[in-house]
Amino acid sequence: MTEAAIAIRDLCFAYSPDIPVLSEVRLDVWPQDAACIVGPNGGGKTTLVKLILGLISPDNGSIRIYGQTPAAARRRIGYVPQYARYDACFPISALEVVCMARLGSTFSGRYSRQDKQAALDALDAVSLADLAKRPFTALSGGQRQRVLIARALASGGDILILDEPTASLDRESEQQLLGLLAELNKTMIVLMVTHEVGFSSTFFKRIICVNNKVYVHPTSALTGELIREMYGGDLQMIRHDHRCCPEGHQHD
Amino acid sequence: MTELFAALLDPDLPFLRYGLLTGLLASISFGIIGTFVVVRRISYLAGAISHCILAGIGGGLYLQTVAGISWFTPMQGAVIVALLSAVILAQVSRHAGQREDSIIGALWSGGMSIGYLFIAKTPGYFDPNSYLFGNILLITKQDIVFVAGLDIVILAVVGIFYNKLLALCFDEEYALLRGVRTQWLHLLLLCLTALTIVLLIRIVGIIMVIALLTLPAAIAGGFASSIRQMMLIATIVCAVFITAGLGASFYLDLPSGSVIILIATGAYLLSLAFGRSMGGKG
Repeated sequence: MTEAAIAIRDLCFAYSPDIPVLSEVRLDVWPQDAACIVGPNGGGKTTLVKLILGLISPDNGSIRIYGQTPAAARRRIGYVPQYARYDACFPISALEVVCMARLGSTFSGRYSRQDKQAALDALDAVSLADLAKRPFTALSGGQRQRVLIARALASGGDILILDEPTASLDRESEQQLLGLLAELNKTMIVLMVTHEVGFSSTFFKRIICVNNKVYVHPTSALTGELIREMYGGDLQMIRHDHRCCPEGHQHD
Repeated sequence: MTELFAALLDPDLPFLRYGLLTGLLASISFGIIGTFVVVRRISYLAGAISHCILAGIGGGLYLQTVAGISWFTPMQGAVIVALLSAVILAQVSRHAGQREDSIIGALWSGGMSIGYLFIAKTPGYFDPNSYLFGNILLITKQDIVFVAGLDIVILAVVGIFYNKLLALCFDEEYALLRGVRTQWLHLLLLCLTALTIVLLIRIVGIIMVIALLTLPAAIAGGFASSIRQMMLIATIVCAVFITAGLGASFYLDLPSGSVIILIATGAYLLSLAFGRSMGGKG
């Protein structure tokens, strides 16, 4: 049995004492996992992501990422926020956005030649190398989303967490994104917050439902080993009958 | 025009020379810091700092006149209070959450009240107007040295931490995740803003500071494709406003601060109407 990449045990979190946002969460995310995090607004999806990123600390319980605390493991996580939250007039190029992934390695935050190369390689990986010098705000929604994915890639982690990347993307951009994520999932764990279950189940192996408590549902046939691992503890299995077929599964 | 040049060269009218030189040198600080204030959207923090400064000016006057601490000047009081309010505001934005704007409002007017009470309790006539609305007659040779020094400090700090400051303004949360100590960087930015505002008060006064700090940068934002470019354009635009404003106020015998701000506001509105400000949607 391999070690879980992200292991959450008995986690509780509340912004104010009498209204728990998350309670008794137990969750394992495995290497090569591809899961989407769904749930109603206010159910705690974003809170769960913030806890994994170490932006907030749990009231109870523990989160271990490759055995480390979230704050210590931050560099192994590539995080993709929603592109829509950025200032629509901020004068910055796509390359400058991606370069941010390489901050924090030096005191002044200057970028070395390797940093710039890593940023260009990452833009290449999302097929945007030729738009590196373009203003970020002049790009389409789908392109901006890919720039942010490139930024997450350039930081060199092995876990990719995306926050509602499909929000306000058209169907075609969404499909492109899906193809890209499937490609990236060959080497990275992909966790995606979304409210569109239909989209998620075509590619994702599991659905993590967050609504105060956390339940994990498989979306397609799982290997016996993975099922055994998943069924441990207080995990509850709910069939997603409406979207459970492995059709539309693309791994090319 | 010749009259103005003659006045600038007139040895008996040093204030005009000092005023112009200070304004031109200060444009560098204003352009750089103004750009950060605009893209980080902290002009209300800058406003609170500038109004709090009256407490420092009043306190300085009081200590100088009533307490007899003759070496302590209103400007030193202004610098201390400006930095202090920057520290307080950095803590407020970190801990206050939802209540942030109320607390900032309280500091904003609280600072002014303290300043005005000190001024009221200081014997002798003192006209707060020159601090509220600016007065280039107040500018001394010492100020020019102070401005040049601040330019150097700001150029150095921004030159060293450019990438981190850029990340802080664009995406603070992500910068934090990449190991940037964003709280300290935010505090540093607020302190530089506070010092810049102290300078601005000499020229346009407490009440109109925000306009001269943010309007050149806002205009520049409509044309720039990078923060570096935005700073450069804002600096040039600001220098033009100050020069034009001082010139016009000299000819028309009007208060220089208000003329500068009026020119800045007019130019901003024009840039909104004709330019591609607001990210091309303007």
